[in-house]
Amino acid sequence: MTTEPLVRAERVWKRFGDHHVLRGIDLDVRPGEVVCLLGPSGSGKTTFLRCINHLEKIDAGRLYVSGELMGYRRRNGRVEELPERDVARQRAGVGMVFQQFNLFSHMTALQNVTEAPVRVQRRARPDAEKQARELLARVGLADKAGHYPAELSGGQQQRVAIARAMAMRPRLLLFDEPTSALDPELVGEVLDVMRDLARDGMTMVVVTHEMGFAREVADRVVFMDQGVIVESGAPAEVFDEPRSPRTRAFLANVR
Amino acid sequence: MSLTEQAREVDAPAPGDEIHARRRRQPASWVGAAVVAVLAAMLVHTLIRNPRYQWSVVGDYFTSRQILSGLLQTLELTVLAMLIGVVLGTVLAIMRQSRNPILSGTAWGYIWFFRGTPLLVQVIFWYNLASLYPRLSVGIPFGPAFATADANHLVSRLTAALLGLGLNQAAYTAEIVRAGILSVPRGQIEAAASLGMTPMTRMRRIVLPQAMRIIIPPIGNETIGMLKTTSLVSVLAMPELLYSAQLIYSRTYQTMPLLIVASIWYLIVTTVLTLIQTRIEKHFGRGTGRRPDQGAVRRFGRRAFTFHGAPRVTEGGPTR
Repeated sequence: MTTEPLVRAERVWKRFGDHHVLRGIDLDVRPGEVVCLLGPSGSGKTTFLRCINHLEKIDAGRLYVSGELMGYRRRNGRVEELPERDVARQRAGVGMVFQQFNLFSHMTALQNVTEAPVRVQRRARPDAEKQARELLARVGLADKAGHYPAELSGGQQQRVAIARAMAMRPRLLLFDEPTSALDPELVGEVLDVMRDLARDGMTMVVVTHEMGFAREVADRVVFMDQGVIVESGAPAEVFDEPRSPRTRAFLANVR
Repeated sequence: MSLTEQAREVDAPAPGDEIHARRRRQPASWVGAAVVAVLAAMLVHTLIRNPRYQWSVVGDYFTSRQILSGLLQTLELTVLAMLIGVVLGTVLAIMRQSRNPILSGTAWGYIWFFRGTPLLVQVIFWYNLASLYPRLSVGIPFGPAFATADANHLVSRLTAALLGLGLNQAAYTAEIVRAGILSVPRGQIEAAASLGMTPMTRMRRIVLPQAMRIIIPPIGNETIGMLKTTSLVSVLAMPELLYSAQLIYSRTYQTMPLLIVASIWYLIVTTVLTLIQTRIEKHFGRGTGRRPDQGAVRRFGRRAFTFHGAPRVTEGGPTR
């Protein structure tokens, strides 16, 4: 593969106090690729995801998105933290969908989807609203534009959250356990939307416990445990012929 | 029972199933109500029959020019002092959240000082500022001054009153705003950050509007409190509502009727402020599916204060 990776992680290290959560993560994500991060809770997969858009600062290693070092810059041979404004600009190109949806609770679905394009990208409101209605229609919520988050089901909220992330026309979408907070009967509608995005060629990094989704949609699955990548490869390889005993044990438990 | 029977749609309980129970008797509450009713009747009776209340004097002065201009002065003080309090209080609250120890420490010290000394002392202090600093000037710190003014001239009664009331209020408002900011879930800020919003935009568009739901009720209470607290500046001979009443009764010796005049005006304004507060709470409570308190008094308030036939909160509105 000759294309430049969209995400490049080199020996990414992260600690919270004495606890080493990530211990040297190396990972490339190419444009158009769907990568699912699997692993037991506490394995560091969510933390790694949050490092990609700099919601967490990394302590060592390098993390690039579109060839840009995330959250830092080099000056006169030294690495220094980027000003907030530049961090914000970098994040604007990376969408994120959260486990708890985190829709802005004082705004309607439509306002949630238009807020960032208008405030961050300075797009004209009519233009942003037109796009927002299209996105809400795409996630099957055209008739919910005027509803507040509290009036929507979990599945509907999460679909609005996906539309909100898409409204910034990101190069990359990060999903942090997007269906874990949902009632079982609502999981399907969210996975359907994600499947649709993947088909459209969206680059996605997905932390999930939905093995069926990972097997069907992912180009590559990455199995993490205790802050390291234990195994990665095509879904068929990892799911059907796991090489590591740790992967085997995990897969045996979730099935 | 078969499944089809269960699933059959019915729109009313079967005839004879309806419960028409007699309400439970509550004798203790009836006795209590009777006692309270008698006491209330006694109060009304004495208010009417005791001539020393001099209701005709109350009526004479109620809309006198001096009282009305005092009322206006009181309203002006309330609005301006709250404005200073809210703006400065918000700045202090954001400073206290700062990671810079000089900023957060200064805010802490400010709040400590202004909450720790009596407001009456602060008001008198500002009024006598000239004895500490006869001349005030604007210039480079520790350097030359661009403009200088006589402190006695600059710190008028009004300025001293506003400084005293406003700076003190800021200390209380800061704590209220801080509690409001802290009540906004972390996930809201992260979502805003992930969309590329700068810290400034996050605070202005996401955090503060949601914090308002927590901030508004206590600020409403503080405003009502401020209305009454302005009477403290009567010590500066500031002709607000109380001092205006005092000016009259020091001349006529009709102390009680004039205190009643002032009290009735305070009550009227407090009531209006309470109604406004309910409307504002409703506005900032949008999207929560929660409604403002629906006690009998508030219900009355809403009816009395509905603009252009806006829908009543009890009907329609967001539901979970």
